[in-house]
Amino acid sequence: MMRVVRIREFCLFDEMRNNGEVRAPYHLVAKWLDDIGLDLLSVRAEEAEAIFRRIGITFAVYGEGGDPERLIPFDLIPRVLGASEWDRLAEAIKQRAKALNAFLYDIYHRREILRAGIIPERLVIENSAYLPEMVGFDPPGRVYSHVVGVDLVRTGEAAFSVLEDNCRTPSGVSYMLENREITMRMFPELFGDGKVRSVDTYPHDLRRTLEEVAPPACTNSRPAIAVLTPGPFNSAYYEHSFLADLMGAELVEARDLEVHEGRVWRRTTRGLDVIDVIYRRIDDAFLDPLIFNKESVLGVPGLMNAYLSGGVTICSAPGAGVADDKAIYTYVPDMIDFYLGEKPLIPNVETYKLSNPDDLAYTLDHLDSLVVKEVAGSGGYGMLIGPRSTASERKLYAQRIEKDPAAFIAQPTLDLSTAPTLIGGEIKPRHVDLRPFCLVGKNVRLTPGGLTRVALREGSLVVNSSQGGGVKDTWVLAKDPS
Amino acid sequence: MTRLIVRHQTIYTYVPPGGRAAMRLRLFPTSYATQEIGTWQVTVNETAIEPSYRNACAIPEALWAHDGPTNEVSIIATGVINREEDAGVIKGLKERMPRGVFLRRTPLTTADSAVEALADDIKGDTVLETLHALSAAVREAVAYTSKSTSMATSAAEALAQGTGVCQDHAHVFIAAARHLGIPSRYIAGYYYAGQDEDLSETHGWAESFVPDLGWVGFDISNETCPTAAHIRLVCGLDADDAAPIKGLINGQSNETLKASVAITSSSSQSQQQQQQ
Repeated sequence: MMRVVRIREFCLFDEMRNNGEVRAPYHLVAKWLDDIGLDLLSVRAEEAEAIFRRIGITFAVYGEGGDPERLIPFDLIPRVLGASEWDRLAEAIKQRAKALNAFLYDIYHRREILRAGIIPERLVIENSAYLPEMVGFDPPGRVYSHVVGVDLVRTGEAAFSVLEDNCRTPSGVSYMLENREITMRMFPELFGDGKVRSVDTYPHDLRRTLEEVAPPACTNSRPAIAVLTPGPFNSAYYEHSFLADLMGAELVEARDLEVHEGRVWRRTTRGLDVIDVIYRRIDDAFLDPLIFNKESVLGVPGLMNAYLSGGVTICSAPGAGVADDKAIYTYVPDMIDFYLGEKPLIPNVETYKLSNPDDLAYTLDHLDSLVVKEVAGSGGYGMLIGPRSTASERKLYAQRIEKDPAAFIAQPTLDLSTAPTLIGGEIKPRHVDLRPFCLVGKNVRLTPGGLTRVALREGSLVVNSSQGGGVKDTWVLAKDPS
Repeated sequence: MTRLIVRHQTIYTYVPPGGRAAMRLRLFPTSYATQEIGTWQVTVNETAIEPSYRNACAIPEALWAHDGPTNEVSIIATGVINREEDAGVIKGLKERMPRGVFLRRTPLTTADSAVEALADDIKGDTVLETLHALSAAVREAVAYTSKSTSMATSAAEALAQGTGVCQDHAHVFIAAARHLGIPSRYIAGYYYAGQDEDLSETHGWAESFVPDLGWVGFDISNETCPTAAHIRLVCGLDADDAAPIKGLINGQSNETLKASVAITSSSSQSQQQQQQ
């Protein structure tokens, strides 16, 4: 069974124009661009940047010199998805989120998918993200990953594929909301008649999702929710505080919390308040120094004890990271078949597993045309982009691969679709991807939209904000133009 | 049947007094085919404490938290355990942990080339024979010398210096057995050594998974499989992961630890050691 897409060479797809014609979903934007003209658009772009600076939406970038709190460039020209095109994507994303959660429940319980020989046991059980502490525990609602960020790329009119899944703490949802806010402020006339579906239900949906997984010990009719952040030095701190505000939740650091009587309490000036659900934006290793990392000053001693005895719910569940490991990614289509009995609605990108000798040999021979990633890496760090690399970079990378082949996967260099983007006062095509945010509680919810990331350098395929990418507002149309 | 009466006391003293304290306690032996818990009680500063859940290895866990100031934390685990001889074979333990977890390396149980060489030299026709031979080889290579290592000494370091205590024997054995692809784990427990023996606060040994038998214990230091004098308390990937007591305290204070284990067999006199 062919479960992966082979990406044809040179099939550059532009989101706005197909064979010179404006695609139906883009009619609105095309007309607007004609009406407004480039000069006014550039003025508006500067205004938008000034507003972003004033609000202070920044994203710390690691591994570069200069300003550690860089502004993520915002491009004013929205990326548009048609109604029926979105409906198909939405089904596919929900399917994936359900399968990933079913997989996590399975590997921490009966391990049927391993017994059936569909996924090698070693890949799961010896994966450092697999937490022995979680074996046999039933998280409320059997949900492990409550916010699944699925990264999608497009290579043709109907050709979407999943580049990766983010099951731990996907970030970027604040940009989805803020980008819309700014676009509405600049061009209110575009939104007056409900042509574009709203995204501002997200914080409310997130809160409902978290309430649905309140722990057995919860007695509050409205569960008390806290967003747990590493603190102001974290690159996504803005997002943590922003979401806490919009959800009506407390923003806390580990030092604000303590555990006793099997519950988690927040210290306030008036005494202690119980916390039912923790939406955590810190890594597993920093949750509880009595269990994971003794050296961690970020954790809450006893948090895991409260969680495993039903006194609090941690979202996402500790140990959920097994599902977004890049070596596990290659098996997601199998999970969809195994747990849901369905065919994957969106395929994976063809992926070479370098633990396999044939794939390793092929990859080492074709480093100049492949993208190589670390299995456990994230944020676009530590990648090799073959076509953009020098011979000496490839040589160094090959040495790293040969040391530990199983730590890498390789994929063909994708011709990501392009979308019109304002660059230096002109409209140019730039590569984009899309990260919708799927919420999983008792119900599965998906906000119509997501984060569109755009690679601002000409020809660049790296859209990660940590690598200098920008963002766009993402529109989902309420109706397809007839 | 052997009836063992245990009193395990651990006293932490803080000068100047510390702030908020939290302790993770795994001081509750579990029942299985050949180990039956008659009575058992754990108290912290004279307040009885109950486990809040059992992990997938069927080990109960409790949490003790205290707001502070904390001058002293006195933890007493005491009770009666009935043991049958079982040649070290564990039966009837309701555990759900996948065996493959116990092939993982940890900082304390990573095999270096010397540990690998020790393992690769073992000749056994069966897994069980291999493990017995490995146990003897580790005992041979690492002389029992009290206070020659610390809690942080790794398997590779202990083998390199050729001396260690029960914890080091178990770590070298576990690292070598995992290198051979045999799931192996660390057991922290109590050991009744008779009257005039000098042993540490709690004892440490290893368990390995043997096809057709299940988990089998190896007390490398005593050159035996666990007997009715061994009480199984906690299992984990290594001594740190299986520590019966883990604690954290806020503030800067000097901690002193006094521990004692007294075990009486119904057919013998009590024995007691003090550790400073």
